[in-house]
Amino acid sequence: MSTVPETSLELRQPRSAAGLWRFTRRNPTIVAGATILFVVMALALSAPLFAGDPLSMTPALRLRPPSAEFWFGTDHLGRDLFARTLYGAQISLLVGLSVAAFSISVGLVIGLLAGYYRRVDAVVMRLMDGLMAIPAILLAIALVALTQASVFVVIVAITIPEVPRVVRLVRSVVLGVREAPYVEAAVASGTRTGKIIIRHILPNTIAPLIVQSTYICASAILIESALSFLGAGTPPDVPTWGNMIAQSRLYLGPAPWTIFFPGIALAVIVLAVNLLGDGLRDRLDPRLARRM
Amino acid sequence: MLAYIIRRLGSTVLVMVIVGVFVFMLLHLSPGDPAAIVAGDQASPAQIAQIRERLGLDDPLPIQFLRWASGVVQGDLGVSIFSGEPVLKLIGERLEPTVSLTLTTLVFAVVIAVTFGVIAAANAGSLADRALMGFSVLGFSVPVFVVGYLLIYVFSIQLRWLPVQGYTPIAQGLWPWFERLILPTIALGMAYVALIARITRTSMLEVLSEDYIRTAKAKGVASRPLLLKHALKNAGVPIVTVIGIGVALLIGGVVITETVFNIPGVGRLVVDAISKRDYPIIQGVILLFSAAYVLINLLVDISYTFLDPRIRY
Repeated sequence: MSTVPETSLELRQPRSAAGLWRFTRRNPTIVAGATILFVVMALALSAPLFAGDPLSMTPALRLRPPSAEFWFGTDHLGRDLFARTLYGAQISLLVGLSVAAFSISVGLVIGLLAGYYRRVDAVVMRLMDGLMAIPAILLAIALVALTQASVFVVIVAITIPEVPRVVRLVRSVVLGVREAPYVEAAVASGTRTGKIIIRHILPNTIAPLIVQSTYICASAILIESALSFLGAGTPPDVPTWGNMIAQSRLYLGPAPWTIFFPGIALAVIVLAVNLLGDGLRDRLDPRLARRM
Repeated sequence: MLAYIIRRLGSTVLVMVIVGVFVFMLLHLSPGDPAAIVAGDQASPAQIAQIRERLGLDDPLPIQFLRWASGVVQGDLGVSIFSGEPVLKLIGERLEPTVSLTLTTLVFAVVIAVTFGVIAAANAGSLADRALMGFSVLGFSVPVFVVGYLLIYVFSIQLRWLPVQGYTPIAQGLWPWFERLILPTIALGMAYVALIARITRTSMLEVLSEDYIRTAKAKGVASRPLLLKHALKNAGVPIVTVIGIGVALLIGGVVITETVFNIPGVGRLVVDAISKRDYPIIQGVILLFSAAYVLINLLVDISYTFLDPRIRY
């Protein structure tokens, strides 16, 4: 007996062009967000094929405005900003997607256990309250400052403050369905607890978690850029949007493009993820949609 | 009511104890020797041994924690590795700019966002509503430092209306103080405005669909008192809740905004501490900011009873 919410059926792949058009008209934000995200992802992954070297410095060509040769201009060391912006997208996407995947996985397990076992619940939720009281950026700064800077450390440092949000969400869903008649029936008929949690309770969490994962992804991309900007993130020799902006901040007056191109890239990708999230929320989780 | 406040105070203390445990554990469970981390990169083995002695790192963890925590409760947040000064004193010196920026942003964001939210809800579906909600998604998506540099570029570099950066203490006059806070306030407030405006709109829409609003309309209450007195007051609880939760956004953003606008506040203190690996400062600032967040949310919880007499504890 599967309990996947009915609404998710509407997200099934449309089979024809007409179907695709109807889907677009009904879910403009999902399509817009997903398209932008897909294009950025494709550009980021294929960057080595057509973009120049993001690291090579040509001091003779420093602070050149955008031109046919350098689409986004060059920075104060004469590095190609177009190439750097594209390679920066790789880091942002990697961090955003990994943090979403890790925090959902960890939060799901903890949330299921906390929601189902009352004794675990009291302890775990107090710990989560404490963790949530620490501002995410500061917690991430503290974690990164303790260890050697690397992309993996950044991912872990951003994941930890996101976990409590997932735990709370999963727990509230579990508490909602735990007393449902079909779960009680399963308990009464002697189904093993593990099977009840996985077959009967877990599927209810999927729709809200898909929505939540987009918001976590957006917030992770923003926090990663903030950490890089503050010099507490990815090593400075790896181009990221945050450290590009930080390195160019003295040149805002004479060469605003050095800051605006990575800034626009950052805003566009976060906007795309948020649009996708809003659209999915309206589709998958109407209860939440009404509230927000 | 009093019993509720006492119970809520108890859980606040508990949360702060857990925050304390996390902040303490961060240093002690991290790979590497805590004494070496506290001593900084340039320390000699003798200095490290001395710190190990002073921190009592050879004692069992719970005893170390109790000793550290009792110091924190008495205001002893340790000393900076770099300057050797007490962390509490360093934070105290930097508090004015941070508190100024946070308060101006709070006032600015709440006033703008609630106005936007009420206008959007009163004209639901109109062009103004769509524009305001579109802006709110944008406000979530553009990071503080990008907004900050955009504002500096337009208003300070191109138009030359406002000073580029820095901070003037309020003791030197209200206008010089305020003038330098305008751009940072707008930059920091963006995401916060977006968050509060969204909730205000939703909460207002819910209240506006209730029967008593229809009754008030029918008996001829003018639209302004209807919106503000009848509707907004009853839509208050979710709005105040989000204002409280959003303070986390503000606290994280302060660190970045102070760096962009070169404001010598607590946020800059912590950013400078990162590059110097001055760990006691990072610990102290985290404790302080978390405490501020927890206390503000305590006040929010208590304010519910005043906003909505139906809520009784």
